[in-house]
Amino acid sequence: MKAPISWLKDYVNINVDIEKLAELLTLSGSKVEAVEDLGKSIENVVVGKIVSMDKHPNADKLKVAQVDVGKEVIQVVTGAPNVQVGDYIPVALVGAHLPGGKIKASKLRGVESYGMMCSIEELNLTSDYLPDAPENGVYVFRNKPEVGRDVKEVLGLEPVIEFEITSNRPDCFSIIGLAREASVTLSTDFKKPEITVKEEGKGKASDHASVVIKNPELCSRYAARVVTDVKIEPSPEWMQRRLAAAGMRPINNIVDITNYVMLEMGQPMHAFDLECVDGGNIIVRTARDDEVITTLDGQKRQLDSSMLVIADENKPVAIAGVMGGENSEVTSGTRMILLESANFNGTSVRLTGKKVGIRSEASNRFEKGLDVENVIPALNRCAQLIEELGAGKVVPGIVDCYPVKSETVEIELNDKEINNLLGTDIKREWMLDLFEKLEFGVDRDSGILTVPSFRADVRVQADLAEEVARFYDYNNIKPTLLSGKSSTLGRKTYSQKMEDLIIQQMLSFGLYETYTFSFTSPKVWDKMRLPKEHELRNAVVITNPLGEDFSIMRTTTIPEMLGVLKTNYNRKVEDGRFFEISYVYRPIEGQMLPEERKVLTIGLYGNTDFYYLKGIIEQLFAQMNIKDADFSPEKNHPAYHPGRCARVTIGNTATGYIGEIHPEVADNFECPARTYIAVLDIKTMIENSNMTKEYKGLPKYPAIVRDIALVVKNEIPVKDIEAVIRQFGDTILEEIKLFDVYKGEQVPEGMKSVAYTLTFRSPDKTLTDDEVNRVMENILNGLKTDLNATLR
Amino acid sequence: MKEQIESIASEAMEKLENVQDMKSLEEIRVLFLGKKGKLTGILKGMGALSPEERPVVGQMVNEVRKQVEDSILKNKNRLLQKEREEKIAKETIDVTMPGTLLARGKKHPLTQVLDEIKEVFIGMGYEIAEGPEVELDYYNFEALNIPKNHPARDTQDSFYINENVVLRTQTSPVQIRVMENKKPPIKIICPGRVYRSDQVDATHSPIFHQVEGLVVDKGVTMGDLIGTLQVFARSLFGEDTNIRLRPHHFPFTEPSAEVDVSCWGCGGKGCRICKNEGWIEILGAGMVHPKVLEICGIDPKVYSGFAFGLGVERTAMGRFNIDDMRLLYENDMRFLKQF
Ligand SMILES: [Zn+2]
Repeated sequence: MKAPISWLKDYVNINVDIEKLAELLTLSGSKVEAVEDLGKSIENVVVGKIVSMDKHPNADKLKVAQVDVGKEVIQVVTGAPNVQVGDYIPVALVGAHLPGGKIKASKLRGVESYGMMCSIEELNLTSDYLPDAPENGVYVFRNKPEVGRDVKEVLGLEPVIEFEITSNRPDCFSIIGLAREASVTLSTDFKKPEITVKEEGKGKASDHASVVIKNPELCSRYAARVVTDVKIEPSPEWMQRRLAAAGMRPINNIVDITNYVMLEMGQPMHAFDLECVDGGNIIVRTARDDEVITTLDGQKRQLDSSMLVIADENKPVAIAGVMGGENSEVTSGTRMILLESANFNGTSVRLTGKKVGIRSEASNRFEKGLDVENVIPALNRCAQLIEELGAGKVVPGIVDCYPVKSETVEIELNDKEINNLLGTDIKREWMLDLFEKLEFGVDRDSGILTVPSFRADVRVQADLAEEVARFYDYNNIKPTLLSGKSSTLGRKTYSQKMEDLIIQQMLSFGLYETYTFSFTSPKVWDKMRLPKEHELRNAVVITNPLGEDFSIMRTTTIPEMLGVLKTNYNRKVEDGRFFEISYVYRPIEGQMLPEERKVLTIGLYGNTDFYYLKGIIEQLFAQMNIKDADFSPEKNHPAYHPGRCARVTIGNTATGYIGEIHPEVADNFECPARTYIAVLDIKTMIENSNMTKEYKGLPKYPAIVRDIALVVKNEIPVKDIEAVIRQFGDTILEEIKLFDVYKGEQVPEGMKSVAYTLTFRSPDKTLTDDEVNRVMENILNGLKTDLNATLR
Repeated sequence: MKEQIESIASEAMEKLENVQDMKSLEEIRVLFLGKKGKLTGILKGMGALSPEERPVVGQMVNEVRKQVEDSILKNKNRLLQKEREEKIAKETIDVTMPGTLLARGKKHPLTQVLDEIKEVFIGMGYEIAEGPEVELDYYNFEALNIPKNHPARDTQDSFYINENVVLRTQTSPVQIRVMENKKPPIKIICPGRVYRSDQVDATHSPIFHQVEGLVVDKGVTMGDLIGTLQVFARSLFGEDTNIRLRPHHFPFTEPSAEVDVSCWGCGGKGCRICKNEGWIEILGAGMVHPKVLEICGIDPKVYSGFAFGLGVERTAMGRFNIDDMRLLYENDMRFLKQF
């Protein structure tokens, strides 16, 4: 909402400068977005009248004019093609400040010039503000203002304050509302416009028009006045300036008056050409599904039965509260008008506006819910201005259809409760005075407050507290720190601490943390090689996404991590090392909400391999003290290399996958050929972690160490060899350590040599060679029988 | 005999004084104290002495032997010291060469800011609560006093899954879930991811993060809210930071406020960061609306509370002087390395 300062000053005494006003209003709840001073950089520019004009002796395109600027007549050289003797024009005098700089006396091609005739651009204005300005050349005043007057005054160039109005305060979507706020903020006088209507037209309004409301739940009041002898012309300049400064384009006197009243009083108005309303009968009803209307902007709009329209006997003439119809538009030929001032249901206007795709100044106000009691004053203000501007004759009487009366709301002021809530000690009298200024009905004895009809936002004691607090100034409330209230222990839960530990571990392995979007595109499924019925394709779908790329909630983090790797690879980052902790979302049959599971995702490329990634995870498990973790070959995950992927389980719980990304998938995502990704379920890891720690005695007796090298078939995973060694290792086998795997000339084709160091120790005696030899023999026999492994 | 011993002694002492390396030292030891050494020779010739002379000479030889041994030890230490010094002198390295690179990652700047925020509030006795991102319309809107068709729903353009399920537009629904399940005193913060239908640009993202705070107890005041936010702002932005509250409107708090902190760039004088205003808006706050307490089964006649919410991206961007929000989600390692 833009408020020109002079308009506010019509209704409130402003006794501070504009910056201070902006600050104080912001602190009392009317947030100032910006102060735009249209005349800010314009000084010493006055109205001049061209007395005479001659050709420049030395230049064809220049003219030498004598200009009356009030106190004197000065000589000005100009190149403007559009000015003539007798024109009234803005003249920047010597010493004048303009946005473009300072004006000095100068010689132009040998002729003295003591000023400059100005175009609107030179005055830093746009054609929105002065629609009659020529596209090229000097601005010419149409209304012959007094010579020598400051153009800022003549053009109404003044500061305009732009407010951000919150949705709960539709009353502040008006000059009057803002003036009221300013008067309470500044403790100065506030007056409302004095509205009187002479009603010089013939007959009664009801002779010309009638109103029927078919849907009172969508329209609680509809009031109309009739104006005859309408004379359509431009509205006066002062009105045009104010409308332009407030951001509305001037059109003609009638439309401008309705807009002016809307801005001033906050009540949208509409004027119909009454001769286009068949029978003069206004019917407020919902539209039929087959109805169509062309709105004032020339667009055809399909209506439906959810929308409220203003209709005559035959056709809709306006979409209620949204926009008028072209078929009843006020035009230069209009002779009689019907002025509408009504109260439409905010939700209905909002939904209708959304459906037809119009957000107008009117709908923007109706949406928030307007004051029913403002309907008649606004209608009368409109009639008054029509009379004052000589735009027509107002017919006596109002056709007022008011089926749903507004209810008055009373709240008993509880100053103690308010002070308790705010932590203040504000006097009851101060509060009562405040509510009087805010136009509440105040019974000082009982403390019963009658909420004014324009304050639908005030309903409970807490609302009163806010009124008190904002005029007391929030920043005058003494800061306290919950002293005397129950003390609580601040801490993280075990899971939250474990998550911190996971992050710390990832950092220590040199990984960088990423944040990626949680929605994705269904196109990634094919890129991941997921078969048609794969469970990961079952995703939560957004009904109104920002496009296909953001249309489903991710069920896996692999695509986003591949995206991160791609970005960095493209940007020539040599070694990509990343991790992320984030959610995946899986729909659950029969549940409203999906399951949200936190996963740890690791992504690597560059100087790395599968075992590097596995090492990270093994170290993480060791730090979290996770036992029973198992890595088994996984050949069937579509996104992974079938020979380089492991399924991770902890205990018997599936925990995730690690491995090299399938070359085709890596290709599809434009990632390097060797790309490694692990995705692990965080909850499973945390549930199987164990941070209780206990010291076990250090070994008292020496260990005996044996190295063995075995030859086995290539396909036998070391995990199986180790299982056999452990099975036959007896209680004295302390540690199995793989130290070499060899394939090549020294072993037969299809075989590999696997070398281990086995450590034997007893907790209660020094082992003898014999004891160890016996166990070794069992192990070797076991390996031979179970795996056909031979000693090399 | 006596003279002979004395001359051996002085010869040995002289040789030892001048010895320059360990090898010569060993030779000297062998020369005097070895099996065939000079002093050993004297002892061997003692048989020719008279019984009276023998103890005298024996004692003399022992004294000289002790003297030589002491000197050998002393000179041995001297030589060792010398050797060490020579070795050290040769071992100088260029300490200005770069250190060995240890792989070490970095936390994302958003996590770093979140960590700081959590630390401040844990220090003030808060716990950390979490809630779902795909949320019931009821928790995201209705229980927060934002019924269907409320105009406030327009300002938070939401992603819908269906009529009743929405991607949460704020972390406030966690408040409701906590209040439904826990009796006061409640003191929590809820950090989390939220969604609004904004196109991606330098200052907008359809996904961003908030931290919600909630305190409910008997007698909680707006003064407590202001004091809490003051402590928070000073912890995060420095001891000299001031806060300023402006009345605002949120359906789930009353009174409601927007909260500014004095600009970290200029301290309030006005600069580019604060667009010359001296203040930067960082959070929204207010006293929990009595209707919201009621909806959660908490009697507003007995209990009161405050709530606040702040944007993590905005805080991080201000904190680290990041001028484009997209950088936070691009995950370029050269960006991540800087924090
Ligand atoms: Zn600043």
